[in-house]
Amino acid sequence: MPKRAHILICAGAACISAGEESFKSALEKELKNANIFEEVKIIETGCFGTCDLGPVMVIYPEGIFYIHLKPQDAKDIVQEHLLKGRIVERLLVKEVELKKPLPNINELPFFKNQVRIALRNVGFIDPLNIEEYIARDGYSALGKVLTEMKPEEVIDEIKKSGLRGRGGAGFPTGLKWELGRKAKGDEKYIICNADEGDPGAFMDRSILEGDPHSVIEGMLIGAYAIGAKKGFIYIRAEYPLAIKRLTYALEQAKSYGLLGENILGTDFSFDIEIRIGAGAFVCGEETALIASVEGKRGMPRPRPPFPVNSGLWGKPTVINNVETWANIPEIILKGANWFSSLGTEKSKGTKVFALAGKINMTGLIEVPMGITLKEIVYDIGGGIPGGKKFKAVQIGGPAGGCIPAEYLDTPVDYESITSLGAIMGSGGLIVMDEDNCMVDVAKFFLSFTQDESCGKCVPCRVGTKRMLEILDKITDGKGEMRDLEELEELAKVVRNTSLCGLGKGAPNPVLTTLRYFRDEYIAHIRDKKCPAKVCTKLIHYEVIREECKKCSICFRNCPVGAIFKDYDGTYVIDQEKCTKCGICFQVCPFKAIKKE
Amino acid sequence: MKKLTLEELKKIKEKAQAELQARTSEGKDKIVVHMGTCGIAAGARETLLAILDEIEKRNLQNVVVTQAGCIGLCEYEPLISVQKVGSPKVLYKYVTPEKARKIIVQHVINGQIVMEDVLSSE
Repeated sequence: MPKRAHILICAGAACISAGEESFKSALEKELKNANIFEEVKIIETGCFGTCDLGPVMVIYPEGIFYIHLKPQDAKDIVQEHLLKGRIVERLLVKEVELKKPLPNINELPFFKNQVRIALRNVGFIDPLNIEEYIARDGYSALGKVLTEMKPEEVIDEIKKSGLRGRGGAGFPTGLKWELGRKAKGDEKYIICNADEGDPGAFMDRSILEGDPHSVIEGMLIGAYAIGAKKGFIYIRAEYPLAIKRLTYALEQAKSYGLLGENILGTDFSFDIEIRIGAGAFVCGEETALIASVEGKRGMPRPRPPFPVNSGLWGKPTVINNVETWANIPEIILKGANWFSSLGTEKSKGTKVFALAGKINMTGLIEVPMGITLKEIVYDIGGGIPGGKKFKAVQIGGPAGGCIPAEYLDTPVDYESITSLGAIMGSGGLIVMDEDNCMVDVAKFFLSFTQDESCGKCVPCRVGTKRMLEILDKITDGKGEMRDLEELEELAKVVRNTSLCGLGKGAPNPVLTTLRYFRDEYIAHIRDKKCPAKVCTKLIHYEVIREECKKCSICFRNCPVGAIFKDYDGTYVIDQEKCTKCGICFQVCPFKAIKKE
Repeated sequence: MKKLTLEELKKIKEKAQAELQARTSEGKDKIVVHMGTCGIAAGARETLLAILDEIEKRNLQNVVVTQAGCIGLCEYEPLISVQKVGSPKVLYKYVTPEKARKIIVQHVINGQIVMEDVLSSE
């Protein structure tokens, strides 16, 4: 029987943890109860990108988008929508301002303002079904290069497209391939870097979970271009679902003869193996990654020689990131001119970002290069929740920097972001509002990199530790003005003398916050105050005597017994005992407790 | 499984594309089966199944079938509406499974409206 409806349920990791599996089994049960199980098709796809709304699903052919699904909603969807054709309005997205429900997935501003290349199939096909990928032009680009193009022509096309590495550094991909092709040696390797580790970033994971074949096809094309016979995908063990789907996709590709000997009847042969990393952040650095694939301890080494000349086991190796590989088949099929028509002069195409932090629509988006930060935060991301004021956006992960509100109109491309002291990075985008303390933010990222420093070189190992100690001193209220100069000087030394990108990038959050939010540092040091009221050592709670209604709620809720009753019945906080947990502030019904 | 050739890849693509067609309704003929409580009581389920069966038998790629609620004309149930691309919408009354099959052949495939069963037309 032909299926009259296709139900696409998002099975990205975020929706799964929000309860996708129990909803799906409830839906199947209801479909069977209503006796229409055979008429519809349920497909579990990769991440839709609307992680904040999960679990989500779309019912085609109408394209109705349902959100926040719970098992008990399954009955209404089956009885109302699938049987009677009545849209279940309470499960639709409500437009924030108009309060109007938006039934169709394509009408959502979140989707409307995106351009999807790397994410072209994510959320639209079944990642476990190679035929759905083939139906969406999958492996056609491979067919084209194997039968119609010489390796040099493939490299030329990629060069002409202007594609740059999406892992963060932005090295031109075509140039890297050309160097790889020209490198001497009959044994060459292709590596896919899937060791995504930035806090809050999940672009690569979503591509691997939602469309693993696009990465496999990209690697096949790269292998043909440089003349490699063997490839590795290096992925972290913390991504079990991505590993599962990738393993499945590799097996499918092998059984269809799209990996292995004599692919598509030509004399081109290529095979891919997965290498699972233990989740060390430094292994995202290419030389450390290669060491880890070889079975050695994941530590970087000085470059040159670059991996294109001496990489895996000393052989020429082209290493690209997941998103870069996923772009390749589309560029081959639609042409370099099409790709380079998107984006800015020096940054072509699109970029995937993971939106996180104080933003209404946290999730995954793909936008053309050159779009402004404002458009990302407000038009696509839906602005800041709770009417709070935008303060900064941290872009590029722990090696990136904080960009303040006055630069919101900056176009997003490699050069503009770098000129502001941040980096494009792999695409983590964390939004901060007035409640974030920028010194605390700098401390958070620095403690992350400090923790992940492999310890091979002194500036990174010792320098980040000393920097962190200064930040601790400042947030503890013991800072002195000369600490700022020392911090800045240390940061520059660490940046200029560290061995690899981890150390070189680690000072960026400190340097950018010092550059744009110096007054906050000064407030911590000179006034011993945290303007955002985040650093606990610098805030204190006090009962406003005139406002206190003597209800005793604070007294009863204080976990350390720091609140006592005064002679007139009002309550007072004993500053010696207070641990600044903030519970009294939260529970007081009369706002009679002030936080300073 | 033996190795794919480029031709076989194309064949898989065509076959799978037909499947994915169900995920878009643009540029397709639409059949709407009215399935309010009244419609279901009058046998709209059987009508819907007959329509799906006929679409499969005749391998119709360019048709989407959706369902809709009661439109207040309970007396004429089961109701279905057919809208071919670029043509007005036609509402049919008392559509039994047999009539549904006829409507598919005559109207959806050959473009001839089945006049005797029409309730209204745009």
